[in-house]
Amino acid sequence: MTATATPAAQAPVAIVAKQRLGDRLFSGSALYSGVAILLILAAVAFFLVGQSLPAFFADPADLSGSPASIVDYIWPLVFGTLWSAALALVMALPLAIGIALFISHYAPRRLAQGLGYLVDLLAAVPSVVYGLWGILVLAPAVQPGYSWLVDTLGFIPLFAGPVSGTGRTILTAAIVLGVMILPVMTAICREIFLQTPVLHEEAALALGATRWEMIRMAVLPFGRPGIISGAMLGLGRALGETMAVAMVLSPTGVVTFALLQSTNPSTIAANIALSFPEAYGINVNLLIATGLVLFLITLAVNSIARYIVNRRKDFSGAN
Amino acid sequence: MAIDSARRSRTASAPTNELSHGRLGRGVPWIILGASLAVSAAVFWLFAVAGMTDGFNAIGAGLVGVLIYLVMIVVISRQVEGGRQATDRFVTALVTGAFVVAIIPLVSLVATVIANGLARFDVEFFSSSMRNVTDDGGGAIHAVVGTLLMTGTAALISIPVGLLTAIYLVEYGRGPLARAITFFVDVMTGIPSIVAGLFAFALFAIFFGPGVRMGFAGAVALSVLMIPVVVRSCEEMLRVVPNELREAAYALGVPKWLTVLKVVLPTSIAGITTGIMLAIARVIGETAPLLIVAGFTTSMNYDLFNDRMQSLPVFVYTSYANQGVDTQAFLDRAWAGALTLILIVMLLNLVARLVARIFAPKLGR
Repeated sequence: MTATATPAAQAPVAIVAKQRLGDRLFSGSALYSGVAILLILAAVAFFLVGQSLPAFFADPADLSGSPASIVDYIWPLVFGTLWSAALALVMALPLAIGIALFISHYAPRRLAQGLGYLVDLLAAVPSVVYGLWGILVLAPAVQPGYSWLVDTLGFIPLFAGPVSGTGRTILTAAIVLGVMILPVMTAICREIFLQTPVLHEEAALALGATRWEMIRMAVLPFGRPGIISGAMLGLGRALGETMAVAMVLSPTGVVTFALLQSTNPSTIAANIALSFPEAYGINVNLLIATGLVLFLITLAVNSIARYIVNRRKDFSGAN
Repeated sequence: MAIDSARRSRTASAPTNELSHGRLGRGVPWIILGASLAVSAAVFWLFAVAGMTDGFNAIGAGLVGVLIYLVMIVVISRQVEGGRQATDRFVTALVTGAFVVAIIPLVSLVATVIANGLARFDVEFFSSSMRNVTDDGGGAIHAVVGTLLMTGTAALISIPVGLLTAIYLVEYGRGPLARAITFFVDVMTGIPSIVAGLFAFALFAIFFGPGVRMGFAGAVALSVLMIPVVVRSCEEMLRVVPNELREAAYALGVPKWLTVLKVVLPTSIAGITTGIMLAIARVIGETAPLLIVAGFTTSMNYDLFNDRMQSLPVFVYTSYANQGVDTQAFLDRAWAGALTLILIVMLLNLVARLVARIFAPKLGR
């Protein structure tokens, strides 16, 4: 028996590509860049935790405003953050779905893309400009409306008086936030509405459905995950938005659901931006601790949103 | 007799035209809309003439006109076309209304910024800083320089990292590591800008002590925000490159790294440029992180590693927040800064879209 006759030798030899220096360098640098991103995110979490720990163990009397405990300091801010973001979402979500439907199914085909750009332009405006606009244009414009609401609907706790004389209330801040999160929500809703199987739409229309019935039966059920994840991403953006809220809202740090009064809860992000330039000592750590809380909240919201998006395989998720 | 029957058949068939019977004509909704607006405008004009409102309330007239239209179109459509068509027309009006409502803030914002910003949009604004300026005059050149320096540094950090990560994800990445990177890049897009600022502060405070303020820290904060955007857009563009091109290169014996460098990247370079410009446009307007780590100043500072550095968004904010005695001068400067900022961002957006359209690869499909 010669060696060549053995089956092992006759089997085709797997061809191994030659390892070139360029290949190694290139794939290595690509890999390390990817790992670097994971490290950056880990570093963000690590440094935030490290710098905020002193605040948790400090004597509450040293903290700004001397609250009874650190929870008493953070809780009104968390409440304000969630409340303003929820208000913004309630106002913006129906609008976003409407706009997305308009662009994907109602607008003339030739105009649709241009109109989409127009909505995207809303996302391009820097937040500080929104703040300037909100405080100098929007707040004075809506103040008479607030007075009217308090006068006529004041018996509802939401609209309880006394009305703010400047219009710088949490409702105004929420309106600005709503405008700011419209583009991202619209983009995601629009993308998934456009992916509705055309056969489903045509089948509905062929059975005699009107356009709205077709949308209700074919487009909306198909797009529900997109709507949910768009809403979550918009919520995440609203939670972390800083300058617009910091400029528009006149905060007092109370916990109240009233929308139109001059005493409003502040938000975490706005509080950091307003207090940080003058903060010193343990208060810097305190502000970083509130930042950590904000980070965890947005992390949870965004992770849920991404999980829902990623369950639908071929949906890329705008942004 | 024959003529009579012909006439009878014509009169009988005219109302039973299956295609147009029981439908509102094409122009009817527009006529109803115009009529509603006209009625509403007339009523509001009467109010104005009678002195019940001061001046003609155009916004109120428009709102009431649209409400009248909503009611009229449903009533008329229900009479002529039936309930289902009426619902359809109602939703059409609502959806179109949603779009118009979203455009109102955009128009209002752009109009006010242009109207108020032009007052100080002059040569002095772009040639002097705010050093020793307490009332009118002064400018934002220090802020423009600071913005360019910090955004440029952030771009220098973010573009290589982001692009290489995108290449890893598309060309090399398989398995759990690639999935983890994709997931965390998505998560990173959601980091609030203020948290990025706090991170940069916490990082630099370790090396330079508490109270650190420097331009480079601002650039680091900006790149934390910019990297995920660059990765996402580059990844999307690299995935569009057809596999046939890669396979053709491999078949010719080209190594993988040269394939990526000479085939994949040139094919997608237009899209990548667009993505990077949009990412720059997104971070150039960031205020909160720069307010925290770069601080604000009235003087020119070219040194990224030393002392506070002003930026355009922070300039707008501080001009508004720390108004001096002459309030109007500070507000005018704030609006002029806002106008400059919007112009830069819009320009970046526009050029990015043009690049994408003009230099897009012609994939012969």
